Amino acid sequence: MTSAARRRPYGVKGAPYGFLIPATILFALFFALPIGYAVYLSFRKVHVSGLGLGSGARKEVWAGVENYTDALTDSELTHGALRVLGYGCIVVPVMLGLALLFALMLDSERVRLAPFTRLAIFLPYAVPGVVAALMWGFLYLPDVSPFYYVLEKLHLPQPDLLDGGPLYLAMSNIAVWGGTGFNMIVIYTSLRSIPAEVYEAARLDGATPLQTALRIKIPMVAPSLVLTFFFSIIATLQVFNEPTTLKPLTNSLPLTWSPLMTVYQDAFRKGDIYQAAAEAVIIAVVTLVMSFGFLRAANRRQKQEATR
Amino acid sequence: MPNAQRRRLVVRSAASALAVALGASALAACGSSGGDSKAESGPVSLTYWTWTPGMDKVVDLWNKGPGKKDQITVTVKKQASGDSLVTKILTAHKAKKAPDLVQAEYQALPTLVSNDALADIAKETGDAKGRFAAGVWQQTTLGTDAVYAIPQDIGPMMFYYRADLFKKYGLKVPTTWDEFAQVARQLKKKAPDKDLTTFSANDSGLFAGLAQQAGAKWWTTSGDKWKVAIDDAATQKVAKFWGDLVKEGAVDNQPMYTPAWNKALNTGKQIAWVSAVWAPGTLTTAAPDTKGKWAMAPLPQWSTGQDVTGSWGGSSTAVTTDSAHKEAAAKFAAWLNTDGSALQALAKESGIYPAATNAQTSGAFATPPAYFANQPDFYTKAAEIAKTTAPSAWGPNVNVAYTTFNDAFGAAAKNKSDFVAALNTMQEATVADLKKQGFGVSR
Repeated sequence: MTSAARRRPYGVKGAPYGFLIPATILFALFFALPIGYAVYLSFRKVHVSGLGLGSGARKEVWAGVENYTDALTDSELTHGALRVLGYGCIVVPVMLGLALLFALMLDSERVRLAPFTRLAIFLPYAVPGVVAALMWGFLYLPDVSPFYYVLEKLHLPQPDLLDGGPLYLAMSNIAVWGGTGFNMIVIYTSLRSIPAEVYEAARLDGATPLQTALRIKIPMVAPSLVLTFFFSIIATLQVFNEPTTLKPLTNSLPLTWSPLMTVYQDAFRKGDIYQAAAEAVIIAVVTLVMSFGFLRAANRRQKQEATR
Repeated sequence: MPNAQRRRLVVRSAASALAVALGASALAACGSSGGDSKAESGPVSLTYWTWTPGMDKVVDLWNKGPGKKDQITVTVKKQASGDSLVTKILTAHKAKKAPDLVQAEYQALPTLVSNDALADIAKETGDAKGRFAAGVWQQTTLGTDAVYAIPQDIGPMMFYYRADLFKKYGLKVPTTWDEFAQVARQLKKKAPDKDLTTFSANDSGLFAGLAQQAGAKWWTTSGDKWKVAIDDAATQKVAKFWGDLVKEGAVDNQPMYTPAWNKALNTGKQIAWVSAVWAPGTLTTAAPDTKGKWAMAPLPQWSTGQDVTGSWGGSSTAVTTDSAHKEAAAKFAAWLNTDGSALQALAKESGIYPAATNAQTSGAFATPPAYFANQPDFYTKAAEIAKTTAPSAWGPNVNVAYTTFNDAFGAAAKNKSDFVAALNTMQEATVADLKKQGFGVSR
């Protein structure tokens, strides 16, 4: 071994870099380059002269930070961000709360049909977001929904779920329905990896199942809670499928309901990819800051608790 | 005819500006690529982006017939319709890889031309002009000497109503918009849970067509400046008319093309629809149970004795500047939209209403659509209505105006608020976009 290393010193030294090359090339080609191009585009714009007809009337020029100032002063983008914030405030706590609850219930000793229940809760995650939104959209439309039929027969009030405040609940419901199962599996898996001795010790100390859940299980799955929270924040900031699918069903959803919808509208409806690139960069930065900010805060707390 | 002349006056100044620009580009083209279209020999294969259903079967006729003789093979690539295809064409054109032939709605032509994506095929297709109504042909020339596309189908607007229910409630088919409003109110009085129709904010083409009927000209040019008149008196009249109807609850305010809308048509909750010649196809799928109960009439007019309609939809076949075989592509485009057998197949396989005037009364249109079997003269009437289509005036950022319409009128319809304010939003957003892009804009 040592003699071989002595004979080919360069080969050994260079080996780590050799192993890095494929990943680096892939990263550069499919990650850094497109992002770099998007950033480049966000500083460009089209300039048309006169009527803009005929060839040569359209030129791509530097825009400076014009696209960014336009995006940041665009009330639709900020309104969209606020709407998504409100939506996230409903989705994330409810979804993670339910996921944790279901995981704990599945993990308790008295549960029956555990594999079936687990699959049943997880199944909605396998339904594509667009299909889920369409399905719920049909259920929300008073004229075609079986729910409204029942409500009408029972002479109960029939709320308009595709308008105003209830719209947020209706949209959150789709996300919660689709996302709970996935998060539950993540938490459940980490629950299963808690060693049995810990439970045994708890039982010997006279802990009730509820106390075991609150004092032992939840603190021990905290890292996976952090992880699911992290994923949920990103998913919420990027919400696009559900509002886009529901949009044609109601007048209450503007085409710019969420920030990503604004990006889509600017790029593909208005054909202004430069403006869309600037908005995409802003959203990426906000997502990065928010999600990693949360991760750092969570890590700091965990470290503090560990040292305590 | 007189309509077309009026339109030509409006765009004459645009024409001169264009002619200069085109002349310059033609000169440039001569130097670099003059040879490629002349030296056409050997087999040519063309790609065609279209959303028309059944187009592959129509193209098969070409590939087996005239195409085989000329060694020009066309391949159809099915696409999504409307605005998303425009974006796709422009993106492909950026990479100089747009297909040889594309389908484009009339209102998208100025956008495509201003991006230099469409080739002038005047030389190859000049004699096709006589086959189309002047107002239709003018949309493909943008009022210049150039020809950017061959008209394929048109969508003259009409009024569709449930003949049986109109009789049941003792309603008279409206011939003016005043009567239309009265009928809507009468129906509300007799059957409060029913609506004459709905004002839908999810298809801008409908509103644009109604404004066109009222005489609106949204984009015009003077010198080298565009003038945007989306908030002109005619359009304000249309917006106020529908806004008032929605506000007093005389018509519904929910969007079209939803499951709820289908059900409303199918169960007779909505008993009329302001639509275009292609409505039978939509009604067949949306309201299958009411087949044979509908009837078609001309669109209500703004004043008695008038005879004008707008258009909603309709598209053309264009050759792109990226095509290496423009002459062959233009030949196919002309065949597709003027040849008798091609038009017959388009009507049969794709269910389109042809732009070519003689095809509108040809064999395929001798009998009414199955859905309107009760109205034997459906297509005779349709051809007459098509002749009364008002001229249209499209500009280079129709997409922006349309997108703003969706949101502004969607919110106004929902809140039953001022439609004219929504119209002003549309005007401002459209002007702001033109200015931002650097177009010359005059107020």
